[in-house]
Amino acid sequence: MSRCSDACITRGAVVALAALALVAPASGAGTGAATQSSNPSRPALGFGKAATPAEIAGWDIDVRPDGAGLPRGRGSVAKGQEIYDEKCASCHGTFGESTDYMPIAGGVGSLKTAQPVRTTGSKLNYATTLFDYIRRAMPFTNPQTLAPDEVYALTAYVLNLNDILPSDAVLDQDSLPKLKLPNRDGFTTEHGFTRRDGKPDTRNVACMKNCTTQLRLSSEMPDYARDAHGNLAEQTRALGAVEGVNTVAPNAAPAANVVASVTLPAGAALAQKAGCMACHGVVKGAVGPAFRDVAAKYADAAQAEARLVAKVRSGGGGVWGAIPMPAQPQLKEGDARVIVQWILAGSK
Amino acid sequence: MNPGDARRRFLRRAAAIAGGAVSASAGENVGFREAAAQDLERNLPPHVPEWSRRLGAPILASPYGVPSKFEANVRRRESPGLTRTPQSSVAFTPLQNLFGIITPSGLHFERHHAGVPDVDPEQHRLMIHGLVRNPRIYTLDDIVRFPSVSRVHFIECGANSGMEWANVAVPTVQYSHGMIGCSEWTGVPLSTLLDEAGVDPRGKFILAEGADGASLTRTLPMAMALDDVLVVYGQNGEMLRPEQGYPLRLLVPGVQGVSSVKWLRRLKVGDEPWNTREEALHYVDLMPDGRHRQYTWIQEAKSVVTSPSGGQVILDRGYHEIRGLAWSGRGRVKRVDVSTDGGRNWKTATLQTPILPKALTRFRLDWSWDGGPALLQSRVIDETGYVQPTIRQLREVRGTRSIYHNNAIQTWRVDPSGEVSNVQVL
Repeated sequence: MSRCSDACITRGAVVALAALALVAPASGAGTGAATQSSNPSRPALGFGKAATPAEIAGWDIDVRPDGAGLPRGRGSVAKGQEIYDEKCASCHGTFGESTDYMPIAGGVGSLKTAQPVRTTGSKLNYATTLFDYIRRAMPFTNPQTLAPDEVYALTAYVLNLNDILPSDAVLDQDSLPKLKLPNRDGFTTEHGFTRRDGKPDTRNVACMKNCTTQLRLSSEMPDYARDAHGNLAEQTRALGAVEGVNTVAPNAAPAANVVASVTLPAGAALAQKAGCMACHGVVKGAVGPAFRDVAAKYADAAQAEARLVAKVRSGGGGVWGAIPMPAQPQLKEGDARVIVQWILAGSK
Repeated sequence: MNPGDARRRFLRRAAAIAGGAVSASAGENVGFREAAAQDLERNLPPHVPEWSRRLGAPILASPYGVPSKFEANVRRRESPGLTRTPQSSVAFTPLQNLFGIITPSGLHFERHHAGVPDVDPEQHRLMIHGLVRNPRIYTLDDIVRFPSVSRVHFIECGANSGMEWANVAVPTVQYSHGMIGCSEWTGVPLSTLLDEAGVDPRGKFILAEGADGASLTRTLPMAMALDDVLVVYGQNGEMLRPEQGYPLRLLVPGVQGVSSVKWLRRLKVGDEPWNTREEALHYVDLMPDGRHRQYTWIQEAKSVVTSPSGGQVILDRGYHEIRGLAWSGRGRVKRVDVSTDGGRNWKTATLQTPILPKALTRFRLDWSWDGGPALLQSRVIDETGYVQPTIRQLREVRGTRSIYHNNAIQTWRVDPSGEVSNVQVL
């Protein structure tokens, strides 16, 4: 009852304001106002402005499973591979296998097994969703920079990586929504979570006395993971009847509320902000080389700073392996310089 | 707590401040600890505290106030190794240290898919279009001008406790349950905006889209949209924090957090769901038969003891107040029971008012710890009569690989040493 009251009052207020508009001189030809609250032919309060078709077109990028919303365009698997190697492989791996993020290839048919391999290929039900997501959110550091033809090409290539499309395939606005993916029928909405009054899976009983006759400890934190989340003594307020467990030095005195301030060096902060750490580690390489390895390699190189600053911003490849580094044009030169200086100084 | 206990505890903390890892049993350190304690005792009776003998900081030392520096332990934290980049990651709310039911805005958990955009409210727009008679574009000025409402609701990520389906994986309640926050939200009912737009009778679903780099999208059923969904700009008396969607977000009460789209820029009315990436590749629940449940919107009733809880040490025997939080995405909390023996016997906890629908509810129970082993649990019953399930009951239906919607009863083991840890019992 009271759950509804706020909304009901507000909707009532809208009706009242609409009625006022009937007698207001500024209401113009507002003769239909009395019916507007439930089925308006124009806004009752009229705030904002009408969205023009051109304005809507610029933002209306969603694509539905039936293909509604697909722009005109076409792209081939071959073209997709070119773009992928340049802009995507640095994070997703040459064959879409990188597990740093959810892998985009492999595992088709594995979901019913004891070891389901969760990938874009094994989970996806409609190719339209793949197109929609690449178009709106990829590449991770420069979303919404791909032209429709490029998105078709990348969609085709990702499906090819999953052996769903042959390597000579071409996709366009007509063929893409017709594709039937392996997991098309792998989803269900027959469950209790779609509605507020949905039926729950479980039916526990609120027993109060002598409820469980046997009790088995099935899982506890292993000793080796004791400090996996750092020193828990520093993660809770040491005030009151409890304090944090010192997980760094067992049996020692727990830390008090000491002032712990973590200030990153400017280069490290900028590297984190710019997304460099998505592919590079400081000590250990991931997709790209470790920063310490970069520093070692260029320790005695002439013009190392200027060359690396240019490389960070324009991209490069062939030095550390098959996967090229994507260009980072959004990164200001001054910021790139601070990051490179930090890397060359040992990333400390 | 007797005076001797207080003294012992004070010395422990003094030692921690003075030297960090000093062995409590090492005799040669006692003098050092006593010296450190004497130094700290200079502010205790009969001495007059140093802050009573000098002028304090002026007003406006911190124009938008910040917590005391002594609260540095209380902060959002990342679970190590959980995600690859800090832009597409999660930071957890320190539930173990919160009072009442409101989460301070700066401690409300963070979950972003492409970082936190720096949105200029002057240049932010909300577009409403699709199957409507009057497609509209609103400025923040327009949105704030609409008749407003304020309501207290929780937001819980669908993946909260998702790491614990098969076994315990994280040490504290911050990591096991900290993808939840509860705020007083202020904004416009979505129904008001839909009335203004004039929804076509064919419109059965709404697509909500964010203005972040992920342009995150989620489908919302029209019945839910017209019920109690808000388009909000206010949180706990201030504008939304950037991490919470500044300057505008959707608030879908009782529904998994990803639906409360942040940095909301577009609402499109349609006649079918969209099957977006966040409802086909993620936020879908893998069942034992290999199929995924899709559009699992509702967050079912759940509760957890926040103190004492995993990663803490109970300092003394005797009286303790067991404290915790309970909530339900289907309405109000009706009752919470607490067990200290792993679920064999239960006592009904006291609920703190107000008890609001789809909001956190604080519960408390008096307990006397005898120094022996204990297994602490809480079990919520919501106003629909639904009883929070055991992990065994959930696994019987959903297996251990579904990631989302783990609302099992949580067990904390109390060791005779006082240390509390995360365990599961079957």
